[in-house]
Amino acid sequence: MYKYTLKRILLMFPTLLGAAVLVFFMLRLIPGDVCELRMAGSGMYVDKEAIATCQENLGINTPIYVQFIDFITGFFTFDLGNSMWTGKPILHEIGLRFELSLQVAIMATLTGILISIPLGTISAIKQDTWIDYVVRSISIAGIAMPSFWLGILIILGLLIMTQKVFGDPWMPPIHYTPIWEDPVANISQLIWPAVATGYRYSAVATRMTRSALLEVLREDYVRTARAKGLLEKLIINRHALKNSLLPVVTVIGLEFAFLMGGLVVTELVFNLNGLGKLLVESVSNHDYTMTQALVMLVAVVFIFTNLFIDILYAWLDPRIRYS
Amino acid sequence: MASPTDLAVSEMDFDAVPERSLLSKLKDTARKKPLGAVSACAVIAMILLAGFANIITFYDPVQNSFDSMHVAPSVAHWFGTDQFGRDIFTRIVFGARTALFIGFSAAIMGSTAGLVLGVGSAYFGGRFDLIFQRFMDIFISFPLIIMALSVVSIFGTGTQNVIFAITIPLIPRCARVVRSSALSIREIPYVDAARALGFAHVRIIFRHMIPNVMAPYLIMLTSFLGQAILLEASLSYLGLGVQEPTAAWGLMLQGGAEEYAESAPWIPVFPGLAITASVFAFNLFGDAVRDTLDPRLRSE
Repeated sequence: MYKYTLKRILLMFPTLLGAAVLVFFMLRLIPGDVCELRMAGSGMYVDKEAIATCQENLGINTPIYVQFIDFITGFFTFDLGNSMWTGKPILHEIGLRFELSLQVAIMATLTGILISIPLGTISAIKQDTWIDYVVRSISIAGIAMPSFWLGILIILGLLIMTQKVFGDPWMPPIHYTPIWEDPVANISQLIWPAVATGYRYSAVATRMTRSALLEVLREDYVRTARAKGLLEKLIINRHALKNSLLPVVTVIGLEFAFLMGGLVVTELVFNLNGLGKLLVESVSNHDYTMTQALVMLVAVVFIFTNLFIDILYAWLDPRIRYS
Repeated sequence: MASPTDLAVSEMDFDAVPERSLLSKLKDTARKKPLGAVSACAVIAMILLAGFANIITFYDPVQNSFDSMHVAPSVAHWFGTDQFGRDIFTRIVFGARTALFIGFSAAIMGSTAGLVLGVGSAYFGGRFDLIFQRFMDIFISFPLIIMALSVVSIFGTGTQNVIFAITIPLIPRCARVVRSSALSIREIPYVDAARALGFAHVRIIFRHMIPNVMAPYLIMLTSFLGQAILLEASLSYLGLGVQEPTAAWGLMLQGGAEEYAESAPWIPVFPGLAITASVFAFNLFGDAVRDTLDPRLRSE
């Protein structure tokens, strides 16, 4: 187990380094100068000094290997430089929004789990009945439905419903309050984006739960449990479900990393000032340093989640522990 | 030059087995895979809708008309009009053109590039394969939309760049799957035979290996279609994809949901339905293609 864990952790570094190299060189792919493109891209006159300052900020004048070493050391020492748009340190900008995005991501994952495991279980138990078909349609629709459209529908529904019921339209609060200051305001703001993102991510997990449970239900020990007259409820809860959740854990873990992608769009719909919105803004502002940092952050989260899932998997399933 | 087997086939009596018509074959497939048949019809309907957009509707998808803003769905405007007085049904039909054009180009280019790279990687093997696979792993560690956004940040917005931004993250996903099938093809003696005959690498890859990995290639291609359409809609919604005044479904959803609720809830409802329905159809279609071509992948 320790050997396996150690090997996995060591393997993580080349991947991280590779991601850094990729991000670094992608930005240097741009024909011409980043600064000129950014400032004079719209055809306006820009004075040479502004471009020079920008180049200074990005350190474009220095040789490429120096830039690369700077970038890598900055990355590993958490010194990400300044945003080209606001001029403030990138770490500060990310820190402001990290809490909100993390909370939405966690809530969305929980929503996903709360939707997918019961639905997947019901669908497997009632295999090939109309209930199964309804559940499967719901989950396929979840993959097809863009989360931003679901978000828009949720806001529309809320506004119209509250208008009808209370006679006064209610909107989720726009300003973010940390959960320890006012839990009610916090939850009433963040639950909607969490549902919009979580529903989409429950789709894959529902299908996974269903197929994994179906597989386990065909095992000999389940037949034995049935033969000795155990209640079906106990068979499902005690024997089958636990053993079928392993692949589901993997899927949910992987989805957590991809939530970052889903959040990009959902945050914009609900006007949340999170990391996803920051990424979209920095892309449209040609804020390369910020884009670079955020894309790197996503890769880091993804690689760490992957590592965590692999170790968790090895811990849960003794058969693959030392392989 | 006719080989012995060719002769044997040509001498066979074909009249003994009545040739089944294409129609009856199709009927047979439709009976076995009703969902696949329905989704294929939906896909064909979409293509027709996009192709004949200017015959189906007589409104202009781009022209603003400020005397008919926010008109509710009616006989004249089936899905109502938007904030610029443009007919929403018309914009959805023309939007299908944009979505299909971008979806098909990105899916075809992405999976084809992945095909060549994946087969090449498997064929050359060794250190090249190892390094190449690590490189692909790194590409895959970025979610689709994040990768697409970074490409947009470099090359800018607009239809061509959006196709490019969607194609790039799709390449490694296809390359990985194709490579794993190509690895087993690589071990079959005829590849060695081709090498012994002194054929060039390019010829072996294109003539001998690629035709044998067509099944995973087509599976990936069809599964990319839905994803590409969804990605295009997301990018356009974010304002980083197709630009106004081009009709695109994602673009039509732009603007505050609060504004719609009071004045015109039909503005966001129909484009979203169009995205969902088409991605749904393409996903079902992809599943059917996968089931037909490779039954082993069915459980995935």
